[in-house]
Amino acid sequence: MADRHPEPDSPELRARWGNFSWTEANAAKAKEIVARYPEGRQRSAVMPLLDLAQRQVGAEENTQGWLPLPVMEYIAAQLDMPIIRVLEVATFYTMYNIAPVGRFHVQVCGTTPCMLRGSDEIMAACKAKGMKKGHTTPDGLFTLTEVECMGNCSSAPMVQINDDNYEDLTAERVTHILDELAAGRSPKAGTQEPGRHTVEPVGALSSLTAMATENHDYRGEW
Amino acid sequence: MPKVKVDGVELEVPAGATVLQACELAGKEIPRFCYHERLSIAGNCRMCLVEVKPGPPKPQASCALPASEGQEIRTDSEMVKKAREGVMEFLLINHPLDCPICDQGGECDLQDQSVAYGRGASRYHEHKRAVTEKYMGPLIKTTMTRCIHCTRCVRFSEEVAGVDEIGALYRGEGMQISTYLEKAAKHELSANVIDLCPVGALTSKPYAFEARPWELKKTLSIDVSDALGSNIRLDSRGREVLRALPRVNDDVNEEWLSDRGRYMVDGLTRRRLDKPWLRRDGKLVAATWAEAFDAVAKINPGASVAVIAGDLVDCETMFAAKKLAGALGSSLLEGRQTGLAYDCSNLAAVNFNSTLAGIEDADAVLIVGSMVRDEAPLLNTRLRKAVKKGAKVFIVGPHWDPTYPATFLGDDLAVLGNLPADVADLFGKAQKPAIIVGGGALAKGALAPALAFSAQFNLVRDGWNGFNVVHMAASRMGGLMLGYAQKGGIADLVAAKPKMVISLGADEVDFTKFAGSMIVHIGHHGDKAAHAADVILPAAAFSEKDGTYVNTEGRVQYAEKAVFAPGDAREDWTILRAMADALGVSVGFDSFEQLRAAMVAEVPALGVEGLADYGALPAAPADAKAEGVIGYPIKDRYLTNAIGRASPTLQRCSAELLHGETFAEAAE
Repeated sequence: MADRHPEPDSPELRARWGNFSWTEANAAKAKEIVARYPEGRQRSAVMPLLDLAQRQVGAEENTQGWLPLPVMEYIAAQLDMPIIRVLEVATFYTMYNIAPVGRFHVQVCGTTPCMLRGSDEIMAACKAKGMKKGHTTPDGLFTLTEVECMGNCSSAPMVQINDDNYEDLTAERVTHILDELAAGRSPKAGTQEPGRHTVEPVGALSSLTAMATENHDYRGEW
Repeated sequence: MPKVKVDGVELEVPAGATVLQACELAGKEIPRFCYHERLSIAGNCRMCLVEVKPGPPKPQASCALPASEGQEIRTDSEMVKKAREGVMEFLLINHPLDCPICDQGGECDLQDQSVAYGRGASRYHEHKRAVTEKYMGPLIKTTMTRCIHCTRCVRFSEEVAGVDEIGALYRGEGMQISTYLEKAAKHELSANVIDLCPVGALTSKPYAFEARPWELKKTLSIDVSDALGSNIRLDSRGREVLRALPRVNDDVNEEWLSDRGRYMVDGLTRRRLDKPWLRRDGKLVAATWAEAFDAVAKINPGASVAVIAGDLVDCETMFAAKKLAGALGSSLLEGRQTGLAYDCSNLAAVNFNSTLAGIEDADAVLIVGSMVRDEAPLLNTRLRKAVKKGAKVFIVGPHWDPTYPATFLGDDLAVLGNLPADVADLFGKAQKPAIIVGGGALAKGALAPALAFSAQFNLVRDGWNGFNVVHMAASRMGGLMLGYAQKGGIADLVAAKPKMVISLGADEVDFTKFAGSMIVHIGHHGDKAAHAADVILPAAAFSEKDGTYVNTEGRVQYAEKAVFAPGDAREDWTILRAMADALGVSVGFDSFEQLRAAMVAEVPALGVEGLADYGALPAAPADAKAEGVIGYPIKDRYLTNAIGRASPTLQRCSAELLHGETFAEAAE
């Protein structure tokens, strides 16, 4: 996390993003978002607006999207709040990319449950595709990041790629997903385990079996 | 009024007090880093842990916990000690052990508290966090690796200064304090974050590596950079004042100090007049005191003398000069150097009557011709507080950023007699309405219409006086009390064509108007007046003499001498006393005590520390009317006086912060 830095302020950055403004659709959406908050509290809209801006930048660049400083300034001006407060929010949440990313932002979970279930292999599979942690591949397709727990521990290991989670991975499965994405197809999101739908138990119940049919009171058995 | 028990002692605390405040009332010292009386509560350093019953069986942060009826608080239990030691150990994990090269050493909260709660050695063997330095301008030096994330600086800039300049970026261990894109902090109070920083992350850049706190002599003094009379402490070593720090005075400066007052002290050793100079054939040549007094005697002005007091002089100097002029038979005294000529027959009409602390209670304020941020920075923080409590502020004058919501009513003074209906309505209904008249308005004759405004809206009522004039010169109110005001202002002095003009550090005067006069300059800096002077008698700056100052609210305060004047320079009153001998007259005092006694005998208010009583406001003249576009007198807020203009720090502030010059950072 410490190596997260905003894309430096440069004349090129200003030239590219200095006159950022909402697309017509997003302007309407932004207006609707700001209206959700009470009068005088429109600063609360900073998080959804940053997300919206990130998506618009992504749509323009055909990447996952990121937040150039002039775009943050644009949002600060719209919400009439100091730019440093916007930057604080954008740097706090890792979901905001503050430097350019590729078409697909591959976020590999490396926290304990995923690690125990083989996230190292997932990471190795990603690296075998030419990715490097914290970098974008030369073709601009993939950016690799290692992240902390995404809350998919029951279907570990997992990666998050843009808006989708891919769970129950193995090296082959993740390679397949990356190939599909690179080929422009949309692989199935969610669990990759055949026969599994969400995070229901794989195979037979192994614990709390009595709970399957009724609300069993285990307390007497402790 | 809840009753709580602190370490077994029962006491009653004010409603709304926190547990930390309750403990302080009980005389217990609670260690803290993030908590600060004048800032909002953050509760993120966790150093102030105490044990509170009833409550969860774990230590609690006392700064953020309200004291409530029947609480039993322990500050001395084993649990508390262990908890604080734990917090301290975590704080020190990433704090570098660089106290020997840290400027905060000796006055560092972390150092002091680690004496009580720190371990003898570290158990941490991993890599420490390192953070890059952040540029924060010419005043604030940063060593961000030392930062313990208390966020006092962030809260100060947001809450007190009112400009969100500083923020906390990133999160967790990666959190970093920075300004946006590492731009310089530009606020006129920005350097107060140096005092607030409990560790050595933010230190004073001009003072870097100059001295250790224990080798400094501390002298209580008064800031002369504006008319507020902020209470300061001058830290000096040998013959040099190394820094000025604010003292706590809730009536005046709370515990802040403007950057101008804080950093002009390094002008005290530069461009000094340290020997007498005489003008011979149009050129200044160095002379001895004997030659200088011979030259003064040769002028032999008789009664044709005028005295102009500068902005920085103390009452004693002005009184001594008044006595000298009086002994010579003249009463041509003036202190308003730039030509202001408002009516001073009643000093209540030129005083800040609400008092600086009182203006916080105002609920409707009309500022006429004052750019408060430049002219009286700490008054602006008071107004900000008033606005936070719900006051409405209206400003007549060109636009400036007051840091709080305010309505501008245009540049023209005429609006004073013709307020928009809603504004007039608001002032009519206000409980504590106030007007603040600044120098820019006084120059256009706004005093009479302001008095009319005061009468119209009944600004003076039971327990409230809302009529205020804010001055810009530290010597102004004292000078007015001593009679340094002519009816026509300095124009009267010009018209009198005096043979000799005595300038008491009067560096803002247009001396070309005194072309026919011999100008004797008693001053400490080679500034504007020295260029025009015929005789220069080197004198002492505010740090080099005892003196009485009266601030814009009529508060009489005493400053003490910190160091000796450089070279041949002498204290002003001794120079005036010696001039009396040279001119063959008697002024009636031979020592500073006699001088002060004579001054107090003549103006008794100057002998009592505290607010002087100027009586009731005068009635407004019947034809009170003024119009004209207001202009603010201060063009460069860092270079307003001779000391500031000589200060390299303030010169750089002016160049960088006001005029946008860029300076390459020296590689460390």
